[in-house]
Amino acid sequence: MADDNKDFEPILVGFFCNWCTSTAADLAGTTRLQYPPNIRPIRTMCSGSVDPIYILRALLSGADGIIIGGCNPGDCHYVSGNYKARRRIAGLKTILDTLGLENDRVWLKWISAAEGQKFAVTMRDFTEKIKELGPSPFRKNWSV
Amino acid sequence: MPRNAMLEVKGGDITGTVRGFLEKLLEKKAVDALLVPVEVPSKKNVVQTMVTDIAQLADVSPLAPVMPVNTAKIISSVTKVAASTKKVGVILRSCELRALVEMVKLKQADMNNIVTIGIDCFGTYSVTDYAVFSQEHDTPAGEYLKKAASGTDTLLRPACKICQYPYPLTADMTIGLFGLPIEKEILVHSGTKEGDQVFEALGLDGEADPAKRDEALSALKSERQKLKEEFLAQVQQEAGGLDNMLSVLSACVACHNCRIACPICYCRECLLDSPTFVEWEAEKYLDWASRKGALRLPADSLLFHLVRMNHMGASCVACGLCEDACPNSIAVYKLFCLAGSRVQETFEYTPGRSADDELPLTAFKEEEFKGFEK
Repeated sequence: MADDNKDFEPILVGFFCNWCTSTAADLAGTTRLQYPPNIRPIRTMCSGSVDPIYILRALLSGADGIIIGGCNPGDCHYVSGNYKARRRIAGLKTILDTLGLENDRVWLKWISAAEGQKFAVTMRDFTEKIKELGPSPFRKNWSV
Repeated sequence: MPRNAMLEVKGGDITGTVRGFLEKLLEKKAVDALLVPVEVPSKKNVVQTMVTDIAQLADVSPLAPVMPVNTAKIISSVTKVAASTKKVGVILRSCELRALVEMVKLKQADMNNIVTIGIDCFGTYSVTDYAVFSQEHDTPAGEYLKKAASGTDTLLRPACKICQYPYPLTADMTIGLFGLPIEKEILVHSGTKEGDQVFEALGLDGEADPAKRDEALSALKSERQKLKEEFLAQVQQEAGGLDNMLSVLSACVACHNCRIACPICYCRECLLDSPTFVEWEAEKYLDWASRKGALRLPADSLLFHLVRMNHMGASCVACGLCEDACPNSIAVYKLFCLAGSRVQETFEYTPGRSADDELPLTAFKEEEFKGFEK
């Protein structure tokens, strides 16, 4: 599949916590780190505020990959939002996996505000992995 | 300390025996009111009814195989604004009781002064099947119990055929039927202090041997577990993958009846009915359509079901009323039973097992679910 999609540029959506991953993205930018431009970042106040509905909306609308970026365990600005996010993602990915709906397209990653480098590397990895997966089956399906 | 007593069944009239027991509850003032299934005058349905006058128990029919509404929803609407100040005894099937436990955890019902009376359940029919069945028999509940004992009831709803908990898990009192010679006697069991108080008020104690019921239940449990795994494997094969999912949901008209029937979906304003999802300018719809070249309308039916699974799947008690509520007979129960079961396995959570188990989506541990991170 990967070979057929050489020119495939995935549409990636990121839900990034205001207190960590969003700042890491800024840091990656200000330090001029290079990473693919496929990601469309959305700043949220906490990874714990990302209801599965937003992730599913993006997935079903045809996003090829969705990544949720939160604070490292123990570092949540609101004490426990990232732990709750992890549970929601565990539920969501279980459901997607059970129903055969491409659960590999949803990533959860902890990236602190200081980790600009990790942000750039993650975006590179993410883009690469989703390129390997190919376009989402939801992309062209009008009856979703 | 659990207490047990046997009730003698006279003339094979099991419903009459339960009625006698309920009448005593009111007569001895063990409770001030009862919320119990009563047969409507046309006999076509049996509906939950709040009874304060003993005379109104004449048509009570708690064993009739029909569950039009999950009683947890009814208790929620009765107690949500203000808890009951009088004691209300409520008859519940296991799935209703489990849903009630979940609703209490979700802060949608108040158990103050509610005395739960669970009944062993051989399964229920759809409301439409029951309406026909009840016209064909003089004593529909009795007829059904005979069929249930022989294990050949083809009218049972799919959810009931593979039900893992046909017996109440947390009831104050239980009316036990499994494994017993129900033509002659049935069991009353108290599992809590509330139940013990009723035992005392009624002077119920006596010789009772619940061992036979326990034996029958463990046999039934292992049989049902096997049936459920087979069922889920089959659903996974039928519904797995985007094309199959869309095929199962192809008749969905986005009426959201499944959500209304669901005892766990309590949101007064569902996000999926909110303006965010339905009220947009024509231009927006055209924009969405242009992305894929076409757009199915009403939009977002797959999104609706997937989001609902995420929101209530951990607490799904598999009562199957979602499927009964579907005007187009979509196998909603199959999908939700599958997704709910797997989510509950992930969280090692059994909805309705105990009021002390924390809801999976509000609790957390520092070290867990690393496999879901990247």
